[in-house]
Amino acid sequence: MPIIKDSDRKAVQDALADLSTPVEMILFTRAQDCEYCEPTRELLGEVAALSPKITLKVHDLDKDAGLAATYGVDKVPALVLRNEKDYGIRFFGIPAGYEFSTLIDDIKDVSREQHGLSAPILEQLAKVNRPVHIQVLVTPS
Amino acid sequence: MRTAHKFAMANEYITADMVEVTEFPEIAQRYRVQGVPLTVINETVNVLGSVPEDEFARKVLEALGK
Repeated sequence: MPIIKDSDRKAVQDALADLSTPVEMILFTRAQDCEYCEPTRELLGEVAALSPKITLKVHDLDKDAGLAATYGVDKVPALVLRNEKDYGIRFFGIPAGYEFSTLIDDIKDVSREQHGLSAPILEQLAKVNRPVHIQVLVTPS
Repeated sequence: MRTAHKFAMANEYITADMVEVTEFPEIAQRYRVQGVPLTVINETVNVLGSVPEDEFARKVLEALGK
């Protein structure tokens, strides 16, 4: 049974209709001890099927430990959302419920290479000249 | 959540993770999560709840001592 409801599928497809550059979803999973790895893979597979501009690549955290380390991935399921550039966008845990909207909106931003932030905010962020790691802790809605 | 990912797009030094804490209880424990969303910046600055973009940007700079 699909994870994205039939009633939502059309809306998601419409939202992804005018993507620009190709978007890669790089998912790290583990065969065991990961309750949400398979549901996440299924969900992202359904998203990828809705646009020819979206590809899903799945890696095993243990077998591809080097690649995981490159992306700063230390737990699963982990999703890296990128185009030819890695912006540092990560999802740990299934992007379902409210965070599904975040995923879809992020895909649009990454594909269009646009974040839509205002000039005053960008002026503030231009002062960031050392690594910053932001973790937004959420619960399923 | 979206603001953090937008910030990551805007500045190459910024990495932004969504962390679904019910799947990672050790993280919920580490940061003593009592409400969400809880944003942790460089392990030093915490922000509880959703805040406007300008306040979020100030918190990011605060984490860098700016």
